[in-house]
Amino acid sequence: MVSAPATGRRCRAWSVAASVPDPELPVLTIEDLGVLRDVTEDDRGRVHVQITPTYSGCPAMETIRTDLIDVLSRAGYRDVCVEFVLAPAWTTDWMTQSGRQKLAAYGVAPPAARSPMGNTGPVSVPLSVRCPQCGSLDTRESSRFGSTACKSLWVCGSCREPFDHFKEL
Amino acid sequence: MTAQPGLARYVLALADDALISSQRLGWWISRAPQLEEDVALANIGLDQLGQARQLLAHAGRLEGLGRDEDQLAYFRDERDFRNVCLVERVQDDFGVAMARLLCVSTWQHALYGALAGSTDADLAAIAAKAVKEVAYHLDHARNWVLRLGDGTEFSHARMQAALDAEWPWIEELFDDSWLEPEVLEQGAVVRPSSLREPVLARVLEVLRQATVAPPESPPAVSRGRHGLHTEQLGYLLAEMQHLARSHPGATW
Repeated sequence: MVSAPATGRRCRAWSVAASVPDPELPVLTIEDLGVLRDVTEDDRGRVHVQITPTYSGCPAMETIRTDLIDVLSRAGYRDVCVEFVLAPAWTTDWMTQSGRQKLAAYGVAPPAARSPMGNTGPVSVPLSVRCPQCGSLDTRESSRFGSTACKSLWVCGSCREPFDHFKEL
Repeated sequence: MTAQPGLARYVLALADDALISSQRLGWWISRAPQLEEDVALANIGLDQLGQARQLLAHAGRLEGLGRDEDQLAYFRDERDFRNVCLVERVQDDFGVAMARLLCVSTWQHALYGALAGSTDADLAAIAAKAVKEVAYHLDHARNWVLRLGDGTEFSHARMQAALDAEWPWIEELFDDSWLEPEVLEQGAVVRPSSLREPVLARVLEVLRQATVAPPESPPAVSRGRHGLHTEQLGYLLAEMQHLARSHPGATW
């Protein structure tokens, strides 16, 4: 897990960067998602922000980069460098507990706490996903792929509502 | 970074496989048998496109000629593409699309899994990320092949025909002949022929479960890795590259 650095301006730059919402799921910040990896400030006052994509083809990365530069400049950081890092590969295990709660409140079933997939095994699906609307476990997957790369489509057998599930990766 | 032209060619070929396969999958958007399938194939294509972009960018760095991902994707001609012919052929039959995705994703899963241990740190990072995405693609293709192969008499015949059509083209995935011996000796790459046995075993196991007979069609003459492509790649590139070439540097 990444934790916020504990010193002065560095800490402030992290909290500023951490406030950037995900463009697709605006209830979550990039910190909640585990997309924000590191924020450091070098001797010349340049802020280096490291972010990692959820999926290789995630189209939100460019927007997040622009938003980071924007929010940090408004906080007084004139020189901001946003770097994409790939290793270690992002996993839903990095989503914070509060992120999971916000996601459920928003109507998207959060990923299971531990990715069941590992790196090389076949995809295994959790036994059931709780409906974020009514809380029922009587749900079924209607499509493994959903409106964005990170979500699958589910439908609840109790309240009959369809819902998104943030799938484990 | 010191130029590594041999490794650059290897990475470029893998990038081209993902890029061209992605472009073929994109064709299915609005044409799949159901809405959820449109979404699924779009997502799989998007994952492959993301993998292709990272591989292209990395190939450009290794090559050391200053070409970026866009230059490599949009400003190379057909003979400079190094994808296997398997992925470039028209796939306007859903059975063919699923048969091909089964073969491609089974191969990519084994390939990226092994490349995650590459001595080239960037390639290892791209592969470690991609393998998790490909696991979903493989699962999707497998489910369809099982459902159609072990479905009705009609769907079974279509699935069998689709696999018979794709089978001659998969052998090129395991061809070593386009790589220089010194590249093959590096710990950065995975020797293509080393994947043949595990990949074929895994595909054949799915076919067995799907009650599809192992195809017996002999390998086609497939030389995409050497830049010799089927007629169909040119049309695909014409569509894919047209905008970038007509309006160089266009953004929106």
